[in-house]
Amino acid sequence: MHMADALVSPAVAGTLYACSAAAAGYSIYKVKQEDDPKKIPVMGVMGAFVFAAQMINFTIPGTGSSGHLCGGMLLSALLGPHAGFLTMIGVLLIQCLFFADGGLLALGCNIWNMAFYGCFVGALLLWRPIVRNGADKKKITIASILGCVLTLQLGAFSVSLETLASGITELPFRAFAATMQPIHLAIGLVEGLITAAVLCFVHEARPELLWGGAGAGEKEGKFSFTKTLVILGIAAVLIGGVVSQFASGLPDGLEWSMGRVAGTEELEAAGGIYETAADIQEKTAILPDYAIKDSDSAAGTTVSGLAGALIVVAVCIGGSYLFRFFRRSSKGEKAL
Amino acid sequence: MSKIDHAMHQLHSLESMAKEERWINRLHPSVKLFLTILYVVLTVSFSKYQLAGLLGMVIYPAALFIVAELSLKDALWRLRIVLPLVCIVGAANPFLDRTAAMNLGGIVVSGGVLSMLSLMLKGVLAVLASYLLIATTSIEKICYALRQAHVPKILVTEILLIYRYITVLLSETRRVVTAYSLRAPKQKGIAFAAWGPLAGQMLLRSMDRAERVYQSMCLRGFRGEFCFGGTGAPGRTDVLWLVFWTAMLLVLRFVPVMEIVGGLFV
Repeated sequence: MHMADALVSPAVAGTLYACSAAAAGYSIYKVKQEDDPKKIPVMGVMGAFVFAAQMINFTIPGTGSSGHLCGGMLLSALLGPHAGFLTMIGVLLIQCLFFADGGLLALGCNIWNMAFYGCFVGALLLWRPIVRNGADKKKITIASILGCVLTLQLGAFSVSLETLASGITELPFRAFAATMQPIHLAIGLVEGLITAAVLCFVHEARPELLWGGAGAGEKEGKFSFTKTLVILGIAAVLIGGVVSQFASGLPDGLEWSMGRVAGTEELEAAGGIYETAADIQEKTAILPDYAIKDSDSAAGTTVSGLAGALIVVAVCIGGSYLFRFFRRSSKGEKAL
Repeated sequence: MSKIDHAMHQLHSLESMAKEERWINRLHPSVKLFLTILYVVLTVSFSKYQLAGLLGMVIYPAALFIVAELSLKDALWRLRIVLPLVCIVGAANPFLDRTAAMNLGGIVVSGGVLSMLSLMLKGVLAVLASYLLIATTSIEKICYALRQAHVPKILVTEILLIYRYITVLLSETRRVVTAYSLRAPKQKGIAFAAWGPLAGQMLLRSMDRAERVYQSMCLRGFRGEFCFGGTGAPGRTDVLWLVFWTAMLLVLRFVPVMEIVGGLFV
C-alpha cells in the first residue's frame, strides 16, 4: 500500500504531511507525558522487530500464498497508539529511504494511510474497547482481525482518494477503489490472523506487555466503545448532512484539467472499453455524482450525504451491538 | 538469496557506499536533504501532460550519478517496488484519455499516453533522487540534518535506534527461519500452528533486548538524545552547490527551457 511520489501532487502530499505532523506532535506530547525513559529504546527495538518480522512468510492454510504481520496494530497493542504511531513513522522512513518502499514526498500520505489508521483507529476504536475489561484469546483475535481489516480498508480507500485528489490518473475513482478495497480486505484478514496469533502468544506468556487491558486504560477510559461510535455517527451525520451543503459547485481538479484540455469537464470518449465501463457504471451507480437522479442538485448532495451518514450510523450501531454481544458472552464464560 | 538476505545486503551496500570517501559524500547533509526534497517536489509538480519539461529534470540525477560514480543498475533495481503500482494507476490513461495531444511525425499521441509516460517518469526520477541521497549520506548524517530542520529529537533518536537494530534483528530472524526450515523441510513459509509461538518468541526476546539496550545506553551516558559530532556548519562548497542546483532546478521547472531549445531547431 506504500504510495510512490509519482502518485501524489505536492498539494496533497503537503496536506497529508501536515495531518501526519499534527498526529505526530500530539503523539510526542503524550509519550513525553508518560515520562517513561525506557519507552524510546523499546520503541526503537520494536520498530526493528516489526521490520524484521515482516520478512517472515507465514503460509496461509489451503492456499499457496503467504502473508505477514500488520505492524501498526501489533505496535499499538504493545506500546499504545502514540508510541506505536511514532515507531511506525520511523519504520516507514527507513523503508522509504533504504528500500524505495514509498517515496519521500509521499511519506506523509503513507504515515497517514498505514500508521495513523493502524495505530489510532485500530487501537483506540477497536483494541482498547474490546480488551478494556480484560483480554482473552477470543477478544484479542476479534480485535486483531477487525482492527487489521478496518485499518487496511481505510488505508486503501485513502490511497484511492489521494490519487484522485492528485489528479494523476484517468482511472475512475469507483474503478480504482473497487480494485483496491477487495484486495486489501483479503490482506487485512490474513494480517489480522497472524497478528492475532502473535498477540495471543504474548498474552499467554507475558500478559502485562499488552496495552489497554484491564486497569491499564483507567485514566483515559472516559469514552466507551459505544459512546465513541455514537459521537462518530453524529459527526458523520453533521458532515454528510450539513457540511455537504457547502460542497463546491465548481469542477474538481480532474474535471478542471479535463475542461482545459478537452473543453469539457466530462470525458467524452466513445466506443469500446469506455462504453462498456460507462454502461456498468450507470447500472451500478446508486448516487451518480453524489446526487439523486432527477433531483435538485443542492438537495441531492444533502440527501446523498444523509444517506451515507445513515448507512455509516447503522453499521456502527450494528457493530457496537455485536461487540456488546461478544463482551457479554465472554463475561458469561468468566462467571462460569 | 532470501528476502532477509536481500534486505541485509541492501542495507550493507548502501551503508558502505555512504561511508566512502567521495567529495559528494562530504557535502553537508542538510544541503543534500534540502535539494532532494526540492527536486522531488518540483518534479511531481509538473502537470501530467508536461512530458518535455519533465524530461529536463533528468539532468539532476544524471549529473549526480556521474559525479558520484554510482551504479545506475543498483538504483534501477529499486524501481521494482515502486513501478508496479505506478503502472497500474497509469495504464488506464491511454484508454480513457484519447484527446489528441501531440503529432509526432504523423503519429498522433493521445493525452493519455503522455500522462502515462509522465507518471512513470516521475516515479523513476523520484526513486533515483532518494537513492542518490541515501547512497551518499549515512543515516546518522540524515538524522543530523533532520535535527537541524527541527524534527523532534524523540523521533530522530527512534529512527536511529530502529536502523541500528534492524540488522541485529534481521540476523536473528534469519537464524530462526533457517532453524525452522531445517526442522520442516520442503515447507514454504511458516505453518499456521507455528505462527504465534515463532514470531511471539522473537517478540519477547526483542522486548528483553530493549530492556538491556536501555540499561547499556544509560551506562554510556544517554540522556535522551544522541550526540552528532563532526558535521558543523555548511562550507563554501556546500553553499555553492546549494545555490547552483536550486537555481538550476527552478529554471528547469519554471522556464520552458526544452521548448525554447527545441524551437531553435524545429
